[in-house]
Amino acid sequence: MKTRIMETDVLIVGGGTAGCFAGITLGKQEDVKVLMVEKANIKRSGCLAAGVNAINAYIIEGQTMQDYINYCKKDAEGIVREDLIQNMSERFNHVTKVLEDLGLVILKDENGKYVTRGKRNIKINGENIKPILAEAVNRQKNVDVINHVNVTDFIVKDGRIQGAYGFDVNHPIFYEFHAKAVLVATGGAAGLYRPNNPGFSRHKMWYCPFNTGAGYAMGILAGAEMTTFEMRFVALRCKDTIAPVGTIAQGVGAKQCNGQGEFYGEKYGMATSQRIYGTVTENREGRGPCYLGTKGISPEQEDALYKAYLNMSPSQTLKWLETGKGPSAYNVEIEGTEPYIVGGHSACGYWVDQKRETTISGLFAAGDVAGGCPLKYVTGAMAEGEIAAEALVDYIKKVNYSPIKEKNGEKKKKEYEDYLTRGKNLLTIEQVEESMQKIMEQYAGGKSTDYRYSENCLILAEKKILKLLETLQFLAAEDMDDLLRIYEIRERLIVCRTVIAHLLARKETRWHIFAENIDYPYKSDQWLKYVNSRLEDGELKIVFRDLVTGGQVYEHKN
Amino acid sequence: MSIKINSNRCVGCGRCIEVCPGNLIKRNIEGKAFMKHEKDCWGCTACIKECVVDAIDFFLGADIGGTGSTLSIQSKGDLNIWKVKDIQGNIQEIVINKKDANKY
Ligand SMILES: Cc1cc2nc3c(=O)[nH]c(=O)nc-3n(C[C@H](O)[C@H](O)[C@H](O)COP(=O)(O)OP(=O)(O)OC[C@H]3O[C@@H](n4cnc5c(N)ncnc54)[C@H](O)[C@@H]3O)c2cc1C
Ligand code: SF4
Ligand code: SF4
Repeated sequence: MKTRIMETDVLIVGGGTAGCFAGITLGKQEDVKVLMVEKANIKRSGCLAAGVNAINAYIIEGQTMQDYINYCKKDAEGIVREDLIQNMSERFNHVTKVLEDLGLVILKDENGKYVTRGKRNIKINGENIKPILAEAVNRQKNVDVINHVNVTDFIVKDGRIQGAYGFDVNHPIFYEFHAKAVLVATGGAAGLYRPNNPGFSRHKMWYCPFNTGAGYAMGILAGAEMTTFEMRFVALRCKDTIAPVGTIAQGVGAKQCNGQGEFYGEKYGMATSQRIYGTVTENREGRGPCYLGTKGISPEQEDALYKAYLNMSPSQTLKWLETGKGPSAYNVEIEGTEPYIVGGHSACGYWVDQKRETTISGLFAAGDVAGGCPLKYVTGAMAEGEIAAEALVDYIKKVNYSPIKEKNGEKKKKEYEDYLTRGKNLLTIEQVEESMQKIMEQYAGGKSTDYRYSENCLILAEKKILKLLETLQFLAAEDMDDLLRIYEIRERLIVCRTVIAHLLARKETRWHIFAENIDYPYKSDQWLKYVNSRLEDGELKIVFRDLVTGGQVYEHKN
Repeated sequence: MSIKINSNRCVGCGRCIEVCPGNLIKRNIEGKAFMKHEKDCWGCTACIKECVVDAIDFFLGADIGGTGSTLSIQSKGDLNIWKVKDIQGNIQEIVINKKDANKY
């Protein structure tokens, strides 16, 4: 492998929603050198690849920031950081305006006001949201983008970030990045559990299957504190295509109904987890399958749905047209997804302060990778990117930085090369992936167990995942493409381990489905606290922290 | 669910290879694009939107209800023209103006 060493002021790992918005913000500081490293190409990478349906987090007229905070708090049963939600929601409307100025189409009424949907959404054409963000990044003179480089590890010295290591996903090049400060914005983690369609369409999942938890894993390995990994996220989605249901539910007002035609939504409550719990329960008790009641909608409504889905999840429209079962003639079947770890929907991720700095000095986190602040969606990820970018500028001005002289990277490079030079054996990447997903599915609350788990099963899962981590060293890579797939499994296994440890630690059922603990089936006020963890000398240590509620602000203490 | 690349049409421009968020498409020895990881496609259609010679089709696997229909897209100015072609060759078109927001 060739070696390429690069130096910069700010390194951004992951050019998705949060990373791009941080890049655009940093573009205003022309004297700050910024390097954005992305495993794919920022034009269509990450969650926004196909487009999005709406701006889901916006403070519309008549609503306040406090309303948004209350909504998050209720949805997450209290396990949120109010200080983080507060300074995120302060920026929703501002970042939306920036997006509009960059070219995003937002629907307006005759008075020039945004057209709203429900209490928090505004209507857009989100098909090209990612190219819009990417073009804006590419226009910033001080921001360089390196596409197709996968980052695997941070360089940390004396509790401070120094840079990161990675490799080119197509050519044998080892990258060593040195930076005064780093923003991690690699999104969440999909593919930990067996997916809904485990065969040919295994990647037809809701969350981006190429976000494999790299940022979490790098942080965990570097000893960063993580929070609330036990709050997994399971989404209610259209059967088979795993396309979002909000567009149908909110768009044409379709309600959840069971196989007997009964509307069951209200019976279980309307919080995110309750809506899935209702669906799972109706199925378990023999009243499935469950649907969104669309039958009887008008041809115009049906046509609008076809278009809306083409703009964000085209397989759903293809499915309707191909099977000849359009939503006006047939109800749309729904199901829960595999569990994901995604800090933009639930509260899991890095434990950060208000500036989004992690417990590693100089390492900031934004978007789905950052914890404590659920229901971020697109605008929240951008808001966090902006908050972190502003703090990064302050940080690098203060930091007394001297680039590392010695060649630290040799060890990491050798690790990559070992995979590339090892002869093929019977163990394959695919086998390890299947094994991981089987363990998580069966012992750690996958879909087939109705998301439930017991302590005994989790302990078994932990052992098996640790064993699997050990087998990684026997995998062989024929080329850089194989190497990418090996590291994608490695990071998922590391995330799995943390998820299991957190599920074990929270001895209650605070959220149905997300953390359905058979041994402790009820919630208890005693558990109104954060479950955090840190890797210390190879051991995952659980740390409990008090809730940060209204008016309080959390700050790291050294 | 996955994509199919028509190698007779492909001119090897590399745009789909460049854009795929999962790095799933590679170049073969003839310099043309081929789908290396058929089962790992997310169905985002980013590659299809990039291909100017209309060489890429999207389809649903039988495991999620596919019966051989394909989906493709062409962009003409402000218009995105989506085409669904069934196994008998019948074509249905849906045209979306990029300047129009979603109704829902
Ligand atoms: C299908 C879908 C539909 C959605 N619809 C909506 C919607 O309608 N409205 C709404 O408001 N929100 C929506 N969301 C939520 C929203 O899109 C996300 O919360 C948000 O995009 C997350 O931003 P992010 O920057 O954290 O992650 P991403 O935008 O996914 O960015 C992560 C980036 O990091 C890169 N990366 C990952 N690992 C590495 C590595 N090791 N090295 C280098 N780069 C790496 C990835 O390739 C990617 O580019 C949707 C999400 C999904 C998945
Ligand atoms: S974009 Fe089209 S023409 Fe270009 S390499 Fe891909 S398939 Fe071939
Ligand atoms: S549809 Fe998306 S994920 Fe599938 S090959 Fe094309 S670009 Fe890649």
